[in-house]
Amino acid sequence: MDGLAQQDGSAVSVPNVGEIMQQIAEHKGCGTSGGSGKASCGSGAGAGDLPTEIWEKVKNHPCYSEEAHHHYARMHVAVAPACNIQCNYCNRKYDCANESRPGVVSEKLSPEQAAKKVLAVASTIPQMTVLGIAGPGDPLANPEKTFKTFELIAKTAPDIKLCLSTNGLTLPDHVDTIAGFNVDHVTITINMVDPEIGAKIYPWVFYKHKRYTGVEAAKILTDRQMLGLEMLTERGILCKVNSVMIPGVNDKHLVEVNKAVKSRGAFLHNIMPLISAPEHGTVFGLTGQRGPSAQELKALQDSCEGEMNMMRHCRQCRADAVGLLGEDRSAEFTTDKIMAMEVNYDLESRKAYQAQVEEERIAKVVAKQEELSTLAGEMSDIKLLVAVATKGSGLINEHFGHAKEFQVYELSTAGAKFVGHRRVDLYCQGGFGDEDSLETVIRAINDCHAVFVAKIGGCPKGDLQKAGIDPVDQYAHEFIEKSAIAWFKAYLDKVNSGEIEHVVRGDAEIRQGALISAA
Amino acid sequence: MTLKIIASQCTSCSACEPECPNVAIREKNGTFIIDPKKCTECIGHYDVPQCAAVCPVDDTCVIDTSYPRYQPAV
Repeated sequence: MDGLAQQDGSAVSVPNVGEIMQQIAEHKGCGTSGGSGKASCGSGAGAGDLPTEIWEKVKNHPCYSEEAHHHYARMHVAVAPACNIQCNYCNRKYDCANESRPGVVSEKLSPEQAAKKVLAVASTIPQMTVLGIAGPGDPLANPEKTFKTFELIAKTAPDIKLCLSTNGLTLPDHVDTIAGFNVDHVTITINMVDPEIGAKIYPWVFYKHKRYTGVEAAKILTDRQMLGLEMLTERGILCKVNSVMIPGVNDKHLVEVNKAVKSRGAFLHNIMPLISAPEHGTVFGLTGQRGPSAQELKALQDSCEGEMNMMRHCRQCRADAVGLLGEDRSAEFTTDKIMAMEVNYDLESRKAYQAQVEEERIAKVVAKQEELSTLAGEMSDIKLLVAVATKGSGLINEHFGHAKEFQVYELSTAGAKFVGHRRVDLYCQGGFGDEDSLETVIRAINDCHAVFVAKIGGCPKGDLQKAGIDPVDQYAHEFIEKSAIAWFKAYLDKVNSGEIEHVVRGDAEIRQGALISAA
Repeated sequence: MTLKIIASQCTSCSACEPECPNVAIREKNGTFIIDPKKCTECIGHYDVPQCAAVCPVDDTCVIDTSYPRYQPAV
């Protein structure tokens, strides 16, 4: 079906859904139609700025749509162990099963095993809509395995979206094959467009049977990345650009990267904090290169947002992750388990489940819009952050003490905007794993004025208040944005009446190190 | 001589396998090994041994001095 037919179809049969979906699209993670200016996100412009065919591509892709990530799950299959470049933030030798970061897996799979795994997961998790190949090496340094996997899955599970994440070095050689498999999402990791800076990030690349080092290596890499990006966007394939923010190395430069990729038609830019703990054994980990603070990261994302859509919900997951972003169910689907599973791939029940999810999404947007109208006419320059404990579906539905992460929303008279998330699970920190977990949480959300939870005990409540963070449990199991806007309105009323004084909060910490999932 | 792979350092990433012009590399017991009868150190094919150039762990694909120097056919 071509794009025009889809537009016609939706306009005739369900006239209101298009409008509501456009409102969803105005939320984060939606699209740019390329070309000039900023994209649709956050703008109040009409339906024209996010074409139906682009919305159709992103609406249930958790890695391309912030809105979708509350509702839909993805999985990665680790069929591509080889890599053709070396990055100073990567060490693929390290695999702690409890650790979550890119480039790490517990076991690699053959394309046949991967296809079986995808069917097993899709049958168990009906909201699993996306299959990605993200390594643990580079998918396009293993083209036979990657494309064989796509071929098998396209045959047995045609409703699953295929995507891949690459360093871009061999991307120009494979663009036609990618297009041939109807892959409509490709992520390229681009950390620089200046080879001098690239030389500090990439010790070498292996290209055309030769190992190149230094500036020469970075020059080859950036030229190939830009060419690959242009070739993909020419073919209408949506491109997300991932960049690792490395303070003192490429942090300021990422503004230039943002411009370069925007001008070549990239759809979404995902600036992620460097993960560099010494125990990972990466060059940056061993040299003590630090990652950014929460404020530094947000400031850079904000400064790039005028140019194009920024992704802020990336969980920097493993190359074999399974489930909603922020959860990892890969342990349920080890090779031994999936090979023993009897799989019944039921396309119809998956569709029915996903239709239900769409209803949930629409209800959520309607609720937000209603609440937002109560803010109309409010005049205030106050902008603040709040943290939310959620298990998904866009609801405040997690107990404070059970939360492994908090989602962060920025509140202003313009509404509630998702701006990031903070992992707060206990971490192995070079022997400091037994540190007080409440302290950890407070450091992670120290820039927030309030934390919204389904439930919270009396003791942490008191400690949070002492730290200046308001624990809010009155909106338990209600929609996040609707509740946040209602709370913000009450907050403004109290500030205006002089009952409380608005104070600016400090910075917060982005957690490093390995995750202890048992925590 | 031939190259060999230090098994304790091999991450089993498989990057070397398709690069070998002599198809001398295969997986065995979870890591990769080089068949010394097939390895030519890439002489006649490339300037440098491809396995060593692509390997992500330094000093893992190394010259095996227990074999005599490879003699290209004249």
